[in-house]
Amino acid sequence: MSTARYIKDDKDQILDVIYESGIHVKPVYTPKDLEEIGFSYEEDLNDPGKFPFTRGIHALGYRSRAWTTRQYTGFGTPKETNERFKFMIAHGQTGLNVAFDLPTQMGYDSDDPMAEGEVGRVGMAVDTIRDFEIAFDGIELDRIGVGLTINAVASIILAMFQTVAEKYGYDPKTVSATPQNDILKEMIGRGAWIFPVEHGVRLTGDVIEYCIKAMPKTNPVSVCGYHIRESGATPAQEIAYAFLIAFAYIDNVKERGYEPDEFVGGFTFNFNVFGNMWEQIAKFRAARKLWAKLLKERYNVKKERNLFLRGIFGGGGYGLTKAQPENNIVRGAYYALVAALSGAQTTALCSYDEAYTIPTPHSALISLRTLQILMDEVGLRDTVDPLAGSYFIETLTKQMEEKILEEMEKIEKYGGIIKAISDGFIQRMLARQAYEIEKGIERGELLKVGVNIYVEGEPKEVELHEYNEESARIQIESLKEIKRTRSQKEVAKTLKELESATRSGKNVMPYLLECCKAYCTLGEMTSVFREIFGEFQEPSIF
Amino acid sequence: MIKVLIAKPGLDGHDRGAKVVALALKEAGMEVVYSGLHKTIDQIVSMAIQEDVDVIGLSIMSGAHIPLTRKLMEKLKELGIEDKKVFVGGVIPSKDIPKLKEMGVTGVFPGGTPLEEIVKAIKASVNK
Repeated sequence: MSTARYIKDDKDQILDVIYESGIHVKPVYTPKDLEEIGFSYEEDLNDPGKFPFTRGIHALGYRSRAWTTRQYTGFGTPKETNERFKFMIAHGQTGLNVAFDLPTQMGYDSDDPMAEGEVGRVGMAVDTIRDFEIAFDGIELDRIGVGLTINAVASIILAMFQTVAEKYGYDPKTVSATPQNDILKEMIGRGAWIFPVEHGVRLTGDVIEYCIKAMPKTNPVSVCGYHIRESGATPAQEIAYAFLIAFAYIDNVKERGYEPDEFVGGFTFNFNVFGNMWEQIAKFRAARKLWAKLLKERYNVKKERNLFLRGIFGGGGYGLTKAQPENNIVRGAYYALVAALSGAQTTALCSYDEAYTIPTPHSALISLRTLQILMDEVGLRDTVDPLAGSYFIETLTKQMEEKILEEMEKIEKYGGIIKAISDGFIQRMLARQAYEIEKGIERGELLKVGVNIYVEGEPKEVELHEYNEESARIQIESLKEIKRTRSQKEVAKTLKELESATRSGKNVMPYLLECCKAYCTLGEMTSVFREIFGEFQEPSIF
Repeated sequence: MIKVLIAKPGLDGHDRGAKVVALALKEAGMEVVYSGLHKTIDQIVSMAIQEDVDVIGLSIMSGAHIPLTRKLMEKLKELGIEDKKVFVGGVIPSKDIPKLKEMGVTGVFPGGTPLEEIVKAIKASVNK
């Protein structure tokens, strides 16, 4: 599953190993392999911190600074989420990664009929800046970076975040937030899209443009190969599509008159870890190298630090199984190992119960401890890129680089990433691949412990996070209270200004900030966009 | 030919499973309509009537399967079309399976259910 295919002959001996990206693996690698690929230390690797950064973007890697631990966290009301944030920080977590509930992700207020049954269920509910005031109460925003896992309404959420950061006395220029803000990946996988493609990309561009001057320490976009892979992409496709999506955003901001050197340094990536370990490691090393090379070639990026591929490499999702849930703890540990060996800047790990629901404090803590054990106990920080120079790893890295380029070319030949997503070309291909993977598992060709080998009877019961029905009621009450006490005049005025700015194509961020200050709701602001932009029409994929 | 509507109710956009099941049913010789994302129960019921399907398969990953399914079953009853078989799949805790069946759901397929089992159950539920 999404691991290598081991094709056996009649005598049940392993004959061939084929990775998902289509690479055949030999049983033995020697110096001859490096010769064959024309391996050069300077061009293919170089020292850590030197172009093309295959060995990592920092000369001293984790020796100088360990990766940030940033578990995806949030549920129920902002108060419940604030308590969980503090719990995780108290146990040594070094970054936050906020989970929002589906109504928030889709731009609906908690009292909207569309939100029924979903308020606070898979993340925390947000209606106005009051919710952020509560969620970030007592969190040192100038010391801890905050990931905001939000896309279609990332502009609104970032405006709320800035408003509240200022209210708490922080200079927006010093806070480092990372709104996910990757709408194109939502159209391929995860599905939390609202507006049509061009308008979605415009809003992503507005956030990037706004951050150049107003929030220079904020990473305005985190391009998510992660979700593309969850939808059935191979590792090579995951990187290829993520890069093409990043280029679409770069082009959007470039068209506004900015040089890529002014803003690409703020781009980050979110990549997936599950699958064959060696293929993943080679994927990350190849991606780091290619990103730097492509930015130089395509966009003439000159400043060295703008060529860095920085990323959160997270494990979980499709890699986990519902069968034998405790195996997911072990899988998580390996995913974390892969992320560390690959030079991740940040890691988040899904917990063992996440094939069922959002994690309990107990399981979230196991994931955090898994990362800490690697960091402090077993020596992952001792030396930078310890796998460098391995005949196998270097050959594979080169092969992955070629595979990624091939996948990029396929989409560019088709007419570009925006066309390939709008037409459903990529979605159709990934759905087919996902289906083939399931069949591979059912045929026993792709091995998955507990699923098609070493199977036990009935699945074990797991203690699960219980959804608190009260959360929705409390949230809706609090929203009502805000609506009663805010100035309706200010609300109407700021929404009207947002509307005319949106229509005239101005950057919406300054207008959203005014709306946030007036306690306009997320739903009210989104409705302005909905009215003007309409909604994305999902292409038919069958 | 058995006709199935694979539907994604509510706001959740995780549709890998729904699409995989749709392809499996197609390959098993059924006619499959996919609703697309973010559909209300009313929209799903209208689609089921318009397309005259035998089976409605709800795919729910968000944990909101109880209220969403209840709403669908009530609507089918209200319109007098309870003959349409309903299946629910996705992230469904085992303790909720009897509750869904009590509502009149024919079958529940939690994550990890083999595709073959889904095909068989749907075929067995429709006399065609």
